Amino acid sequence: MWPRLKAPILRTGASLLAMASLIVPQGSFAAADAAGSVYLVRLTPSQYERSILDVFGPGVQVTRNTVGTGFRDEGLLAIGTRRIAITSAEMQQYEKLAQGISKQVVDPRRRDTLVGCKPRSETAPDASCAGSFFEKAGLFLFRRPLSKVELDLFLATHTEAATQLGSFNAGIAAALSQMLVAPEFLFRLETTEPDPARPGMQRLDAYSAASRLSYLLWDSSPDAGLLAAAKSGRLQTTEGLQQQVERMLMSPRMEHGVRAFFTDMLGFDGFATLSIDSTLYPRFTKNVLEDADEQTLRTIVDQLLIRNNPYGELFVTRQTFLTPALAAVYGVPLPRSQELGGAVPWVPYEYPEGDPHIGLLGQASFLSLNSHPGTSSPTLRGKALREKLLCQKVPAPPANVDFSLVQDVNNPVYKTARQRLTAHATEATCAACHKITDPMGFALENFDTAAGFRRAERGEPIDATGSLNGRDFNGIHELAKVLKDAPATASCLINRTFSYGTQRQPSREERAWLTGLQREMATGGIRWRELLRRITLHPNFYSVPDTAPAVAARVEGPAAVSN
Amino acid sequence: MNRYRKLNRREVLRGVLGGTAVSIALPVLECFLNESGTAYAATGQELPPVFGTWFWGLGLIPQLWVPKTTGSAYELPEHLSVLAPVKSKINLYSGTQVFLDGKVNQNHFSGAQCQMTGVVSRNGSDYTTSLDSLVADHIGKRTRFRSIEVSCDGNRRSTWSARGEYGMNPAEISPAVLYTKLFGPDFRDPNSAEFTPDPGVMVRRSVLSGVSEQRRALMARVSATDRSRLDQYFTSLRDLETQLSVELERPIPLPACSQPVALVEADEDIGTLVEQTRKTHKQFAQLLAHATSCGQTQVFNVALGSSFSPLRKPGEPTAYHQLTHEERIDPQLGYQPTCRWLAERQMEFLVDLIQALDSIREGEGTLLDRSLLFAYTDHGEARLHSMKDYPVFTAGRAGGRMKTGFHLSAQGDSATRVGLTIQQALGMNAGNWGTETNNASKVFSEVLA
Repeated sequence: MWPRLKAPILRTGASLLAMASLIVPQGSFAAADAAGSVYLVRLTPSQYERSILDVFGPGVQVTRNTVGTGFRDEGLLAIGTRRIAITSAEMQQYEKLAQGISKQVVDPRRRDTLVGCKPRSETAPDASCAGSFFEKAGLFLFRRPLSKVELDLFLATHTEAATQLGSFNAGIAAALSQMLVAPEFLFRLETTEPDPARPGMQRLDAYSAASRLSYLLWDSSPDAGLLAAAKSGRLQTTEGLQQQVERMLMSPRMEHGVRAFFTDMLGFDGFATLSIDSTLYPRFTKNVLEDADEQTLRTIVDQLLIRNNPYGELFVTRQTFLTPALAAVYGVPLPRSQELGGAVPWVPYEYPEGDPHIGLLGQASFLSLNSHPGTSSPTLRGKALREKLLCQKVPAPPANVDFSLVQDVNNPVYKTARQRLTAHATEATCAACHKITDPMGFALENFDTAAGFRRAERGEPIDATGSLNGRDFNGIHELAKVLKDAPATASCLINRTFSYGTQRQPSREERAWLTGLQREMATGGIRWRELLRRITLHPNFYSVPDTAPAVAARVEGPAAVSN
Repeated sequence: MNRYRKLNRREVLRGVLGGTAVSIALPVLECFLNESGTAYAATGQELPPVFGTWFWGLGLIPQLWVPKTTGSAYELPEHLSVLAPVKSKINLYSGTQVFLDGKVNQNHFSGAQCQMTGVVSRNGSDYTTSLDSLVADHIGKRTRFRSIEVSCDGNRRSTWSARGEYGMNPAEISPAVLYTKLFGPDFRDPNSAEFTPDPGVMVRRSVLSGVSEQRRALMARVSATDRSRLDQYFTSLRDLETQLSVELERPIPLPACSQPVALVEADEDIGTLVEQTRKTHKQFAQLLAHATSCGQTQVFNVALGSSFSPLRKPGEPTAYHQLTHEERIDPQLGYQPTCRWLAERQMEFLVDLIQALDSIREGEGTLLDRSLLFAYTDHGEARLHSMKDYPVFTAGRAGGRMKTGFHLSAQGDSATRVGLTIQQALGMNAGNWGTETNNASKVFSEVLA
């Protein structure tokens, strides 16, 4: 599941299309350069929706987007977008979406605003009016100016459909659908050109660079200002790039970028299939399921963008946002007078000193997402801590292992998960992996599957001690502090951000550069905007895939889920 | 030449797609099918076959499911007694295995991968064209949907259907959404006396053709690493164009076609509890039976859920996958009792699907008679991630090309032998199938008619 497009905290502006005429010169773009190689990066469902929303405004909805999320490679769905194609079934869905969007664009309530001109006749094609619309829409949807060949194609489609169906609108809708199913929209086509600074080498062309920047920072298409900087060549100058990055970092659209990144990094696509037994945990309702990831994303936006706090604060902060459903799970009396209003009554909330539900680890989005349906799992939680937050790999369990002891919750001898896992892990083949996962997961055993706090399991007091790399801790507060200060936590975020933005693993040289970046930023902690600033201002961010190392091979299988 | 590919269309339709919509009245012939219901009376051509796959997770209880004898006179063991109502319509294959050929056993992946693709890969990303896609290329090009994929656990990724590299076909998880997709406003009743080619569909096809025409220019520029992905995009585009072309042709009348009861979201209860899964599966089974009887598709794929099965018994805190590893073997019974219970429920679901296909009469036979259903799982013994003794089933007679009611032992051969038998039963020109030791060249000739 990608971030649902709920009402954002930060306000964004009108549609790009509506603003285009104010900023972008009309109809004067040069044809796309056909000299370089082209690399494909498939849009994620979230990027698809955000692009449509930004280009056409909030009046145009992407309904029933059921296109798949792809697969996770090296910890990120983003890396998988360089490898997945589009199947026949997905093409059907994309065509359906395209029709729905086109229909909304030519709806009488918004057509004149979005198309930007009135046709001479409602029942016939109008190449002049249609052409100006296609140039504008094409610019944002293809993230570069249309070539003459492309514009001619859309005009031909418009003319044919408008004539055949006796409707100017039908002609507009047909050509717009054509854009929306074209590979130039469904994939980001990263195009290369000779790099003048490095003879014989290639670099991303300006429009491709603009897209890479925009989808990392905003999870959406470049806006008119960025495209204009690409067109003029200023984006490929140090000063021009700085100007654009600074402008973008201050934009409310940053919220979409940070949401999309953490949705991927924290594996929130897992919510699509999360099943918590509501007979055992009646407070874990459908509302909790819907609100859990949103709580975390709101906390992240608040901490990293609004308060500009360092990343480490996410683990220890007592500030969050709650809904009544979440408050019930966490045992918090939520004062309804604080409601912000709107469809979802999100309330900013600060836990009292010492409350266990601190930071990201105390939230249902971590505790429940990494549990079994009816029982907590120190192993799954420890694995998630290692893989998602520290970027360390935990090997899959070997075949031919007897797990019988682990969760026989009726075992009269081994009452707690710790006792059962300790007994299970005495087997040599199991011990190696459980040593990696369980000691971290044990520290969260005070939380049941549904993220509720508990002091005992089946009458036995819970021992929440654990360790990480020689540092011992007891309970969530100490674990959170250790994670906040661990160099691997910062290094993981930095590496993941670069990988997410470029959809590939960094090379050895790039890792060295990223390590240096971590050292430079160590003093004040990693702040999101500063991290993005440093990454996006560096030439490594714009490197061409072929000049980077091959994407590592290990990925999850099509039906694989956490074991 | 695919003999099922296309039936003769009325020539009068030729030329009407030039721009003007027309209504053409063609009466449905009352005696459209021949007496046995296996062919069109007018043309003598056979009704097209239907192929379905059905995946269930975590196998069966190993020592309980293999019948004592082979052949047609075998008795179902108690563990499989739920299959009794359909025993004469299925074949049961034992003694199959999946050879790893030195590769790592990717738990809950390698076994199903091999049965669906003939390949055991080194890692999970190398999943490529599956059996259903091979079959669809052979029989499914002239239907509105090339294939339909569904999953009953709410997980779109619970699918083993793929076309090309990295081309997993995501599963539909909502019966209500599938109902609308199949029988919503775009559905054309094949038995309707009136046929009007939809000018909107003509435009849609033309839109796609316009994109297809750009193929050469883009393929010339794309990097070598991405060429196959772009090629697959254009293949998918062509598939959709072909499907729209089918919608512009007068459908072949199918007297057995009837629309199912409409489904809306309120009718759904998607979840992983056994009864939820059963309800979702039954809804999908009905939709697929009606869809195939109405010629909307000839290929479908059903997954009860992920191979790490999330199925749950009510009140049981642990899901099926965990249970296979964690439930104690009852010393008296000699097996894991809750795992057995869940495995048998899944076999009941299989019966539900078989009966849904069998309930649609076509002449003197049923839809099941011209269908071939392939049921497979991920492990022989899930508790130990075993790659041996996979329980495999087929159901249906593939239009008379398969005999049913048999228990067959593969005697240690690769499970791909079943896939090869299926391909031959469906008239595909396959002499062998699979890679390395999983390359099968021997079919189960006893059941090929």
